[in-house]
Amino acid sequence: MTPPVLEVKDLRVHFLLDEGVVRAVDGVSFDVHPGHVVGIVGESGCGKTVTMKAVLQIVEPPGRVVGGQILFRKDSAPPVDLTRLSPRGAAMRAIRGAEIALIPQEPMAAFSPVHTVGDQIIEALRLHERQWRPTGPRLSRHEAREMTVDLFRSVGISMPDQRVDAYSWQLSGGLRQRAMIAMALSCKPRLLIADEPTTAIDVTTQAQILNLLRDLQRRHGTAIVFITHDLGVIAQMARYVVVMYLGRVMEQGSVADIFHAPKHPYTRALLKSIPGLHVTPRTLLPTIAGSIPHPLGRPRGCPFHPRCPDAIPGVCTERVPALRPVGPEQLASCFLYHQEEAAEG
Amino acid sequence: MTRYVLKRLALLPVLLFLFSVTVFAIVQAPPGDFLTTYVATLASSGSSISAEQIEALRREYGLDQPIWVQYIRWMQNLLTGNLGLSLEYQRPNAELIGERLVLTVVLALFAFAITWIVAIPAGIYSAMHPRSALDYLLTVLNYIGVATPNFMLALVLMWGAFAYFGLSVTGLFSPDYVEAPWSAARVVDLLKHVWLPAVVLGVAGTARLTRVLRANLLDELNKPYVTTARAKGLPEWRLVLRYPARLALNPLVSTIGWYLPLLFSGSLIVATVMNLPNIGPLLLRALINQDMYLAGSILLIYCFLTILGTLISDILLAWLDPRIRLDEG
Amino acid sequence: MTARPPVLAPETAEDRLSVASNWRLVWWRFRKHHLALLSALVLLALYGVVLFPDFVSTQDPEATDARLAFIPVQRLHLFDGARLGPWVPAVAGKRNPTTLRMEWGVDGSRKTPVRFFVTGYPYRLLGIVPAHLHLLGTAAPDGRERLYLLGTDRLGRDQWSRLVHGTRTSMTIGLIAVTFSVVLGVMLGGISGYFGGVADVVIQRLIELLQSLPTIPIWLALTAALPRDWSPQQVFFAITVILSLVGWTTLGREVRGRFLALREEDFVLAAELAGASRRRIIVRHMVPTFLSHIIATSTLAIPAMIISETSLSFLGLGIRPPAISWGVLLQEAQNIQTVALAPWLLIPGLVVILSVLAFNLVGDGLRDAADPYSQ
Repeated sequence: MTPPVLEVKDLRVHFLLDEGVVRAVDGVSFDVHPGHVVGIVGESGCGKTVTMKAVLQIVEPPGRVVGGQILFRKDSAPPVDLTRLSPRGAAMRAIRGAEIALIPQEPMAAFSPVHTVGDQIIEALRLHERQWRPTGPRLSRHEAREMTVDLFRSVGISMPDQRVDAYSWQLSGGLRQRAMIAMALSCKPRLLIADEPTTAIDVTTQAQILNLLRDLQRRHGTAIVFITHDLGVIAQMARYVVVMYLGRVMEQGSVADIFHAPKHPYTRALLKSIPGLHVTPRTLLPTIAGSIPHPLGRPRGCPFHPRCPDAIPGVCTERVPALRPVGPEQLASCFLYHQEEAAEG
Repeated sequence: MTRYVLKRLALLPVLLFLFSVTVFAIVQAPPGDFLTTYVATLASSGSSISAEQIEALRREYGLDQPIWVQYIRWMQNLLTGNLGLSLEYQRPNAELIGERLVLTVVLALFAFAITWIVAIPAGIYSAMHPRSALDYLLTVLNYIGVATPNFMLALVLMWGAFAYFGLSVTGLFSPDYVEAPWSAARVVDLLKHVWLPAVVLGVAGTARLTRVLRANLLDELNKPYVTTARAKGLPEWRLVLRYPARLALNPLVSTIGWYLPLLFSGSLIVATVMNLPNIGPLLLRALINQDMYLAGSILLIYCFLTILGTLISDILLAWLDPRIRLDEG
Repeated sequence: MTARPPVLAPETAEDRLSVASNWRLVWWRFRKHHLALLSALVLLALYGVVLFPDFVSTQDPEATDARLAFIPVQRLHLFDGARLGPWVPAVAGKRNPTTLRMEWGVDGSRKTPVRFFVTGYPYRLLGIVPAHLHLLGTAAPDGRERLYLLGTDRLGRDQWSRLVHGTRTSMTIGLIAVTFSVVLGVMLGGISGYFGGVADVVIQRLIELLQSLPTIPIWLALTAALPRDWSPQQVFFAITVILSLVGWTTLGREVRGRFLALREEDFVLAAELAGASRRRIIVRHMVPTFLSHIIATSTLAIPAMIISETSLSFLGLGIRPPAISWGVLLQEAQNIQTVALAPWLLIPGLVVILSVLAFNLVGDGLRDAADPYSQ
């Protein structure tokens, strides 16, 4: 199998606040192979966005990457540990946007309101020109504009030569999202990080966007990390799923394993809480008991144990379970499956 | 947008007319007129003037006519470009005002330039490194700067220069150049002297601008489009200048509208303290002596400069922010 | 018949928060700004001086004595060696043989003891009650030893006492002028916003007209128009009116905007449907929503008034002698030679800066505390 384009190993990101240290990401590991889609799913505040920001090295102070490695592999070159690169240095900036691109959460707020969308894409093209076009003459204005129009066309924006001169607030939600995707793809990145790309748009547009992403991925072989809280989207798009809670991975595995054979109580509860078409009418909608604890008030032991129906008293309340294999491709961090661990101590 | 500008320009003469009436009324408000003060000044210096002479002068200057006649005469003159005659100096007002007006505008523009040249980098730095040592220092300076009346600052600086360096920092020119005709050398001399009054004049405005810019920029730096730009791989300083700074500056552009006129009129007090050849001190004397055409003309000029400043800032704001420009209606 | 539900006492801190009145919340948030709190104390002290200027003064502010001109500052020391015993260095003067004028210096070797609560020149407390008591003084106030905490000016007038009286005038003008502005602004802005129509158009045009006027020249013109023979009280009143005439426009605009927005709010409609009179709706329902904002804005407007009055008086066009204000005091410092001779004449300027700074900090604190969306 081809080596992964991204290997996250035991990533830790802490926020040093006056009130205490928030362990936003506390030991997350996963691999992303070329051409595959990895979905990171979890409730708000579980650390999925911070993980993404750490990969791009744009974690804002007072947050810092305090441990772990993020190995990025470009073609057949040896992997680069992104955590070792200076976040504002030239090396990281060359990777950001050109090799790893971001599709941010809210396209309306993510575009500058006083520059045309075309200008913002041309800026990306110009910035990384030497990476996607190592030799040859510099990009002319005309050429840059033509390329942007082509990009718009390839993401399905109608009347692209007019839309290039539009401002983001003049476009509809779906068009904006497509423009954002065009910008992310402009420099032909190897890895795309999509941060909740369907949250801000309606369901029909959502379907179109997902189709677009799948199509683009097939055509260019881009790997995608898909961050969302919507399990339905994950089921459609992802090949591999990572379930996060309070900064730790609860379970990860192939999409089939996660959806058909979930092992961790959290994953099970999440799947059970999806309203379905075939449930018995007039029954209570299953929910997960309790609520997410305050980031500074992490429970002792397994982070999920206060809400877990299967918590083992004395074990789950004291020690943190490690992520261990529970199947051929599946890993979970739960004492229910690691009896030896539970028995220890 | 052109429609908007044209509408404002059309209002200009109406406003000026209303102002001219107001201004004339205020100038004429004190009891008596120029001659009463003149006679009093003569009396206190020992000489006197006969009653017939006073009456003759009164008729000559038209001071015996009812007020509305005087006003009409003034208006008629103004519309033909004649600013009238100064009763005190016995010279055409246009002559008296001429060079001083130029110097007033020059001083105001310098203060304006200094304000923005200092405030923008200071504000941007403060917002990018909040709670750093330099930020605290700048904040303290800002608070004090806003609290200090500009004439006070002028006094302290002048005293300091005089007491510790024996320098007399009054005036806008060295003694040789005061009355000299314009030349390159005179311009250089002006530049050497104008920066101190410009700094004094601009301190309060700089302090205010830095604070507002810092606050605005801090708000903008948290917005998603900044993250997107960073994720594209833009260098930090370029991204700050191109995106959030640009947006944070927009509301500040609208402050030009009242800042520039404030500089014109604020220079009045500084000019009095520092003995600058500004139209301010001229106005002061004219008001006290009821030299009505001179006072009226200068006040009208101030009004005009104020309206012009507001108009410029509105146009600038519309031009800078496409949301306003394209959103007509 | 249903029983009235029992009223529960607020148990937890969270409960207390949810039943606290708006003003309580504002106070709690304000308390957290230490700097604003400190400034509020400074302002309270200053207004204390406003109420009892003669008590804090050491001498009659208008007493002149040409022989006592330009006495330098007698710095107040609180400790005599190790004991608590306030004293000032004595002044010694000698006559300059050429100019035949007295020149004063401070003699550090001789100490004049200072006492609190001494008998001094007679005055009327709050203008009514005759009194003799002063905060500070020397042991023998009628003797040769006098207290010149901030020196004297060219007419031998005690600067400390003049500063105290000047504070009264300047701080009061600021407050009254802003009050007038607020009243005008809220009234006209309210009429404009709530009733709309012709009144709105007229008032809007008026605001635009006033805002297009160059403030300082117009103020100059208006103050120059005041007859020379008016009493200080009349001048005082006229100055406050002039200052507030232009200052109300900003507030008026804001109030109009608020009324326009509030008019469409559901709670106003509910009040109208319930049959509340217009006056009641405006006073009890609409105004309280932005009252704290008005207070914050007014506090921030006072410094501008203070600086304006000081500048005008400095030019000789505001408060006129023998009335005393900070600007009048600073007039003595107009001449650079005089200032070089007696730099202590600039001290009133420091008090101006201090008071403006305090007002700004308190105003900022109030604004942040009153804004429900800031945290």
